[in-house]
Amino acid sequence: MLETLRTIDMYDMIKFIPLIPLIGFLILGLTGKYIKKEAVIGTIGSLAVFIPFVLSIILFIDIVKQHITSPVIVPVYTWINTGQLSISISYQVDQLSILFSLIITGVGFLIHIYSIGYMHGDRSFSRFFAYLNLFIFMMLNLVLSSNFLLTFLGWEGVGLCSYLLIGFWYDQKFEGTRITWTGDAANKAFIVNRIGDFGFIIAMFLIFLTFNSLDYQTVKEAAAGGAFAYYNTGILTAITLLMFLGCTGKSAQIPLAVWLPDAMAGPTPVSALIHAATMVTAGIFLIARNSVLFALAPDTMMVVAIVGLATAFFAATIGLVQNDIKKVLAYSTVSQLGFMFIALGVGAFTAGVFHVMTHAFFKGLLFLGAGSVIHGMHHQQNIKMMGGLKKYMPVTYITFFVATLAISGIPFFSGFFSKDEILWSAFSKGHWIMWLIGATAAFFTAFYMFRLLKLTFHGEERFDPHHVHPHESPKTMTIPLIILAVLSALGGFLGIPYALGSWFSAHPNLLENFLDPVFEDAQKIISTATMKVSSGNEIHFQEYLLMLISTGIALSGIYLANKFYSDALWSVPRALAKNFRGTYNLLFKKYKLDEFYFATVVDPCIETSRSFLWKIFDVKYIDGLVNGLGRTSMGIGETVRKLQTGIVQNYAVIMTGGIILILFWIFISL
Amino acid sequence: MGIELQYLLPIITISFFVVTAIVFDALLQNKIFSFVWSIIGLIVVIGTASYTFVIPSLELMNLSKEGLITKNMVFFGGYASFFDIVFAGAGLMTILASRVYIKREYKELNEYYSLILITVSGMMLIGHSNNLLILFIGIEIMSISFYVLAGYFRNSIKSIEASLKYFLLGSFATGFLVYGIALLYGATGSLDLNIITSNLIAGKFNHIYFLLGSGLILIGLSFKVAAFPFHQWAPDVYQGSPTVASGFMSSAGKAAAMIAFIIVFKHILPAVNNPVLIKDTHLIQNIIAVLAACTMLLGNFTALAQTNVKRMLAYSSVAHAGYLLIGIASNNSTGWTGVLFYSVAYILMQLGAFIVLSVIERNEQSNLELSDFAGLSRSHPILAALMAVFMLSLAGIPPFAGFFGKYYLFVSAVKADYVWLTIVAVISSIISMYYYIGIILQMYFKDPRSVALEADYGLARIPLFIAVAGLVIFGVFPSLLADVAYYFF
Repeated sequence: MLETLRTIDMYDMIKFIPLIPLIGFLILGLTGKYIKKEAVIGTIGSLAVFIPFVLSIILFIDIVKQHITSPVIVPVYTWINTGQLSISISYQVDQLSILFSLIITGVGFLIHIYSIGYMHGDRSFSRFFAYLNLFIFMMLNLVLSSNFLLTFLGWEGVGLCSYLLIGFWYDQKFEGTRITWTGDAANKAFIVNRIGDFGFIIAMFLIFLTFNSLDYQTVKEAAAGGAFAYYNTGILTAITLLMFLGCTGKSAQIPLAVWLPDAMAGPTPVSALIHAATMVTAGIFLIARNSVLFALAPDTMMVVAIVGLATAFFAATIGLVQNDIKKVLAYSTVSQLGFMFIALGVGAFTAGVFHVMTHAFFKGLLFLGAGSVIHGMHHQQNIKMMGGLKKYMPVTYITFFVATLAISGIPFFSGFFSKDEILWSAFSKGHWIMWLIGATAAFFTAFYMFRLLKLTFHGEERFDPHHVHPHESPKTMTIPLIILAVLSALGGFLGIPYALGSWFSAHPNLLENFLDPVFEDAQKIISTATMKVSSGNEIHFQEYLLMLISTGIALSGIYLANKFYSDALWSVPRALAKNFRGTYNLLFKKYKLDEFYFATVVDPCIETSRSFLWKIFDVKYIDGLVNGLGRTSMGIGETVRKLQTGIVQNYAVIMTGGIILILFWIFISL
Repeated sequence: MGIELQYLLPIITISFFVVTAIVFDALLQNKIFSFVWSIIGLIVVIGTASYTFVIPSLELMNLSKEGLITKNMVFFGGYASFFDIVFAGAGLMTILASRVYIKREYKELNEYYSLILITVSGMMLIGHSNNLLILFIGIEIMSISFYVLAGYFRNSIKSIEASLKYFLLGSFATGFLVYGIALLYGATGSLDLNIITSNLIAGKFNHIYFLLGSGLILIGLSFKVAAFPFHQWAPDVYQGSPTVASGFMSSAGKAAAMIAFIIVFKHILPAVNNPVLIKDTHLIQNIIAVLAACTMLLGNFTALAQTNVKRMLAYSSVAHAGYLLIGIASNNSTGWTGVLFYSVAYILMQLGAFIVLSVIERNEQSNLELSDFAGLSRSHPILAALMAVFMLSLAGIPPFAGFFGKYYLFVSAVKADYVWLTIVAVISSIISMYYYIGIILQMYFKDPRSVALEADYGLARIPLFIAVAGLVIFGVFPSLLADVAYYFF
């Protein structure tokens, strides 16, 4: 009993995890202008993330020790409570929320430290840190919430922060399809996300109609409690599809993937934190959090897997031909997020979350490394204008190299474990074609990443040595790189598959053990439905084979990239681009998806709005109606006003009239 | 001290301070002393009323009804104590805001403060009444002090006209109230509200007398809250009276009359299975609903056409009586909770707005035209911001308390199947946006007038701060108030 009380008290601490970044935001937002020292601002901003990180670790250790099987809900404050609708701020302590909280605050803290160096001398230094803290606050609300509404608040909040930070250098030019400056890119990100958010909102309405509640736990229990028969779940399919629409917006999947590459207009730490490590994984979080609902809607699961697969493949192909260092990484992010959705779609929730974690390490690192390069190259981002940076920026090079190995899936680096688990799940729980496409995407990944590495750090120096003097970045930037490199290299050992770890433990996959209580219900539903007994503890010969094949694929991608770009003239890639000009252009133009959207959706919308809605409907009908109503109201007011004569006898007469009417009404009702 | 006396402490203290205040006025003739004494008095009342909250309610259960000194004529604790605090608080805000205003506009007289105290005592008695006679006495104490307060500027024709109109029409309405009480007594054989309820449930009542009595009480009380068609005195009186006093009359006075509404109609419209009574209850509810709808529409439409801010707020106060009546028409606990919540919010915003007016008013009633507010945000940014908060809250825009007050009232109407009433209420709320936002428009988006207004705050800073803080706190944390209120009914 005492033990239980202690844990409950302990979990109350979760309130402070989002609160501290909020305080940081308020301090920096309100007084940052007057703090002249960058070091002070940087310290406040970083501490506001570091303290929640420590608290998350404490909670994490406690959860591991206590083996809690159901989430602990910590109510903070109820805003409205009427009838069935209760709008409250309350947080949920469980394995999933704490894991995300650790990733967000941990990686977030490193990126804050990095930003102190990267943003040095910027005239809006304090504004930058204020926004970053606000982002961390919103993101933590998103993942720690115990109900859809608070998650939605965080969801919108991170969208706002993303908007603010993409357009942070609001007076700079930025190139893109119909984009001329950073503000356009910010608008694009925001508006594209609105479409997804619309889906999320409708999903929430449907959830409330179906379950009379918006609490995750209530909904989960009602759904898992057998209220819905498998394959007879039209409403759940609708809910989950709409929710997934929200996820495709936030996590940049087809069809809403177009905003993320342009989001690179923001400062590079922002790209690392928001557009690689944390915010874009919100979609994965949402599905993982509602794994039971998705497990009950197999059609949606199929859609999720296919969309993920398509995104992983197409984004990887676009990445092959991009020349902007951040654009390559952006398409890589889209592609890797696709991998995560494949995992969720085939029911391997743990694998998806695992890839979120390893991806946060290595993609965060890649972006920070890219930032370091950009910093050293005086804001040059075109990799064709780089080369040979290895000797100027050794730390950046080595850490970038580690991350590249990790994302390519070289054995025993973190990406190997998580990506391999996804591919194996796709093979065993899905279809071999899914595996094949996924493996091809992985091949492309290895290729474009090593292309990036080669062009940036190896070969001859293609920049103008008179104007550009590459230099290593300061310690505040390199130390986060080193820490992330260690995590990228070793982070995978948290999720050793049974096939590789069976010799030392019956449950070698620590992450799976840890997340098991969260996904237990969903896994049960899926295994009952598919009549498959969980295959976790069997070793399949195929699994070893696939592991070997995917390693081979990664190595061949690396070999090819190495071969193609070691030649100073790049004769092979040039010849390919020349011979397959059509394909090359299609890839270079990102399948012309932007142009397609502009032609089919954006332009018709604008045209209809301008020539019909505005000039005809609004001006003639709406304005006419409003003005007419206004005139009528005023007219009524003026008329009634005349009754107010100021003569007391008249008032008495009107009163008497009223009295007679009321009494008359009573009499006729008798 | 006996537990009953402890419960009576708020009434005893206010009576003590009323009597001493009058005596000291006469003997000492010291204005500062009267001012301070009345403030001390109201603070003590707030203290004693808060104390009645902490007396264990278990002991209230042990009070045997027969052995009470007050013979069950007085209600203790619960909402009565709550409203003791609200009314004493409103009185306190009024007194603090009044001093600088009455000194500047006319002259400071001791009796002003004792009048406020007497009014508060009447309002508190209404909240404590458990018997129609006590209720009537409370209402009359309050009303008669209001007649005098309205004519406080005894050199101003408008003020005297206001006082006289209020008195004549008030007396006329009081007649109906008394007649209604008498008929209700005739119908049920008692003035004790609990006995009336039990007689009604038992079917021991005269049907015709009961309906007529209820109707006449409804008419009398409708006059007190300024509901259509008994509202016409309100704009003239509120405009003619000293501004701070108008604020007090139109906010706390209205709230007190609404409490009277709740107390009477909660008891004479019990929820029972008697078909005759159900039909009667519906009839009375329908009448109230129609009055509420007309009041809201008329108040808001007329306010649209006003160019004087004080008069506009007077009409808006008529409209607000309509919103409050929704809670009575619903006749359910959500409705009463809503009335309670909205009364508090309304006192804060209406009194606050009138105090803002009193700060800039000069020479009795000048500087109160809508155009005088042009560009106020530039000459007096804080005052403009305060006024904007009061206007937004009156318009019912979150995150201010006014929004939740309206929300609870509208919900209660839906629960009571008065969907049409809710629709009317929402429409009239939309109409009201026009003139509330109109003031904000003047203050923030128009060029200042050539001669800048002077603002003379004095101690009015304190009530203004209380009002804004209360509106924000109860707007962001409505459950603080709503949960307490819900527990009363």
